[in-house]
Amino acid sequence: MEITEELIDYLQKLGRIRLSEEDRQKTMKDLGSIMGYIDKLNELDTTGVEPLSHVFGRTNVVREDEVTNGDMRDKIIGNAARKSEETILVPRTFD
Amino acid sequence: MKDYEMVIGLEVHCELSTESKIFCGCSTKFGGAPNTHVCEVCSGMPGTLPTLNKRVVEFAVKAGLALNCDITRNNKFDRKNYFYPDLPKAYQISQLYCPICRNGHVDIMTSNGKKSIGIHEIHMEEDAGKLVHDEATGMTCVDFNRCGVPLLEIVSEPDFRSAEEVIAYLTKIKDTMQYLGVSDCKMQEGSMRADVNLSVRPRGQAEFGTRTEMKNIASFKAIERAIEYECERQIDLIEGGGKVVQETRRWDDEKEYTYAMRSKEDAQDYKYFPDPDLMPVVISEEYLENIKANLPEFADEKRERYVSELGLTEYDADIITGNVTLVKVFETSGAKCGNYKDAANWILTDLLKLYKDEGVTPEDKEFDGDKLGTIIKMVNDGKINRKSGKKILTAVFEENVNPEEYADKNGLAQVSDASAIEPAIKKVIESNEKAVSEYLAGNTKNIQFLIGQSMRELRGKADPKTVKDILEKLLSEL
Amino acid sequence: MDSKEILKLTALELGKAIKEKKTTSKEATKAYLDAIASLDGKYNSYITVRAEDALKDAEAIDEKIASGELKGGFAGVPVAVKDNMCTDGILTTCGSKMLGNFIPPYDATAVRKIKEEGMVILGKTNMDEFAMGSTTETSFFGPTVNPWGDNRVPGGSSGGSAASVAARLAPISLGSDTGGSIRQPASFCGITGLKPTYGKVSRYGLVAFGSSLDQIGPMGRDVLDVAYMLNVISGEDPKDQSSADAPKLDLEAIKNFDLNGKTIGLPDQYFAEGMDEDVRNAVMEAVKLFESNGAKVETFPMPIMDYAIPTYYIICCAEACSNLSRYDGIKYGYAPDDVEDLMELYIRSRSEGFGMEVKRRIMLGNFVLSSGYYDAYYNKALQAKALIKKAFDEAFEKYDVVIGPVAPTAALKAGESLSDPLKMYLGDICTVLINIVGVPAISVPCGFTSQNLPVGMQIIGKHFDEQTILGFTYAFQKLTADKAYEQQTAEGI
Repeated sequence: MEITEELIDYLQKLGRIRLSEEDRQKTMKDLGSIMGYIDKLNELDTTGVEPLSHVFGRTNVVREDEVTNGDMRDKIIGNAARKSEETILVPRTFD
Repeated sequence: MKDYEMVIGLEVHCELSTESKIFCGCSTKFGGAPNTHVCEVCSGMPGTLPTLNKRVVEFAVKAGLALNCDITRNNKFDRKNYFYPDLPKAYQISQLYCPICRNGHVDIMTSNGKKSIGIHEIHMEEDAGKLVHDEATGMTCVDFNRCGVPLLEIVSEPDFRSAEEVIAYLTKIKDTMQYLGVSDCKMQEGSMRADVNLSVRPRGQAEFGTRTEMKNIASFKAIERAIEYECERQIDLIEGGGKVVQETRRWDDEKEYTYAMRSKEDAQDYKYFPDPDLMPVVISEEYLENIKANLPEFADEKRERYVSELGLTEYDADIITGNVTLVKVFETSGAKCGNYKDAANWILTDLLKLYKDEGVTPEDKEFDGDKLGTIIKMVNDGKINRKSGKKILTAVFEENVNPEEYADKNGLAQVSDASAIEPAIKKVIESNEKAVSEYLAGNTKNIQFLIGQSMRELRGKADPKTVKDILEKLLSEL
Repeated sequence: MDSKEILKLTALELGKAIKEKKTTSKEATKAYLDAIASLDGKYNSYITVRAEDALKDAEAIDEKIASGELKGGFAGVPVAVKDNMCTDGILTTCGSKMLGNFIPPYDATAVRKIKEEGMVILGKTNMDEFAMGSTTETSFFGPTVNPWGDNRVPGGSSGGSAASVAARLAPISLGSDTGGSIRQPASFCGITGLKPTYGKVSRYGLVAFGSSLDQIGPMGRDVLDVAYMLNVISGEDPKDQSSADAPKLDLEAIKNFDLNGKTIGLPDQYFAEGMDEDVRNAVMEAVKLFESNGAKVETFPMPIMDYAIPTYYIICCAEACSNLSRYDGIKYGYAPDDVEDLMELYIRSRSEGFGMEVKRRIMLGNFVLSSGYYDAYYNKALQAKALIKKAFDEAFEKYDVVIGPVAPTAALKAGESLSDPLKMYLGDICTVLINIVGVPAISVPCGFTSQNLPVGMQIIGKHFDEQTILGFTYAFQKLTADKAYEQQTAEGI
């Protein structure tokens, strides 16, 4: 898998990350060698193998529909960099 | 100009009426102060994990069965990843790969008759928070109260060809959810929201045109107007040699037009993958049968029964079954007074007027059907007259009083004892010689005048029919 | 008891001494805090030390022990906690600038349980940023130094938890293991570290890295400390629906474990090219010791191991990129204060708040999940996962445990792998597939290299069969008690 400039741009955009030019060059190289290794997986024959997302086969773990939490606003918004008394503030969002 | 037809598919979001959120124990109540129904889980604190509320699964299965869907036996949740301040985890837990319901349909009635609308799928997911722009600071306030409120997203097939069909379908979905008790579907509170995917094509063409999506339109009327506007806009565009651009547009209900939304971020790549934090949900035959056995009677069945068994007109049955709150009032009051036709009359003429005058819907303001039944019974038994009945109804509506106590306290009970009525009527006969003699001469219409005078003398506290009987008896004795 | 004596005790011995009033929790806590004060400047194993608060906690705990309210074997015993477990009111940084000021409003379940046992939290230990790394060099708070000296890394990502125990700056610690992050630093620092079965310990409050792989586990001086600690922190948690109820370990049965007739499988791939000769020899010596004490040993091929690293990095990076998207400069954590645009807030918070290794994995994760590549990478990895699980299921039909090295080498020199991430990833070859299938595995010190660096042996068991691997471990530590594998490395003693 070749790591192109366009792909790096796209991955930065998806991850909301901006790399310095130096990091960007190094990342292209590193991702290139990592993906080169990861592509080894193509050699593995997985024909007809069902993808396994959950390894244990545990199912139907649920909870009752009960309200167990009260107001803990101050603790929740306490860590925000910008906040008012009741809410967290963010730069203006657009439609 | 060519003849065009519109093609519409709908994505309807219904907030489920659970007590607690889908993945944590916070309340789902509408209208709390900002960020007071929020915990570390639904605000996406590092290290927190979701725990599935079992009632959400139950409600989804109920909805699926009511909308004739196949129920997926092996369910998983997936993460839909995107950045936005109303989504604190930066992913929404939803279902992409295995939605809980598929391949359903509902029948709707329009002026062109009956039509079946396909349901592509229904999946469970969590709601996002609310963003409010603050003019004072120029910033946006983030309120996580709605984060994690359970939603069903009902995705239709692109089967609609008119706004009328869309409205009929939405009404049907709303009724069904309300009858099931799984969602109150209040559009004004955002507990029912519809995204409209619309395209146009020359009639007869098989391929679909390019569609636009209109998100979160807030009322049935607005949806109707938005569809009509957008359809015309697309036709004008094509006729003018332009092309429809696939985009999300917003409907401005005041200015009555749609406009393209500033795209959140180029192409959306949601990077869905199975959520490792939630275990698969397997639905057994037994579970399914149990839910099936306990499904309620739906609007169509009720309407039919009201007409055939209870003797309502189709029109009356239609209005009552169109609102699940009215159904409850109707069935309770009818059972109480033993006369369903009267119950329907009282609801349709008197109770609905009260709602209308106050500008609220039956869902907004609970009304105790049992009390209406009591009022009807009191009127039918001649204990009070209809006018007093209405007065009590208003008092129940406004202050939820006890009808019998209220009648006593306000002296509304009718004088039904002839010995108490006769002296008053005798007095009327004595003081209205002219009317009496005309009556006796054959002008029987004058009886109405005399009844009126008698009622006045009795200060309205007598049953007019009893008054008439006694009056006629006394007159015949003259 | 004087502080040197205190530092020499294992956690269980210390708990017993406190119970027998030979010392107090406060005295023990003070001894450790003093050791930290004098030595951690050198090792940098802690990010946060709770000097005053720990003593206060210890005092309160001493009262509860006196009143009989606290009776557990670890009551009063100090403990170090990796800095990716949320502690109510205590800074929890994950080794990152991003969470450099984050005070959680709640306790992780494992943290709640050690508090309920009556343990005193000494502080939060250093780690690779967001647990991404194998050397504890990617921490924003500077690298941790291996107490064995020679400018070696302590391993990672639970390097601080490993080094603190090895240097006697904590009697026992909690680490977390996503692809080897307990076992490998335990091996590099010469201590015992257990990655329990996935689901054995609640993940609630463990800052997520790879959610299907992460597991909290104990790191200690010997097997009994580790076993007892697992009993303290394990159990089904209603707040973690992937956690499961399983019986507690029977410590007496562990002590009486009989090697006779037990079967050991040795996968060829664990002893193939690329493994350091000293490491291979040390592990083989240990296996021979098991064999001479009645266990049956057999080698078998496990070719799927060749695909473990690609599978692991696809899965963990995919989950990580999703898990780490919540760090956006809005709700908590680092945010530049001169930003007026939402997109800029996202980009600058994340670009300035995350280190390079974290960014690299976020980008990798985004890549393998992005539209067009999902099937070729992420889905393929889930298929490989199914095959890896099958290989283990088959192995465990034949063997009670599977044994191999923990890492291809002993502790690396500082800075050696930082410049080449692929090289660092390849060092995880022995550990990652254990997380992919979720089985338990322990790292036990089993010898030294020619440079006198500790070597760890990995004993892998069946799902929820910690009892057996701890039995093997106990038997081994008893048989080798004279060898000082668990060598004293602290200067303070």
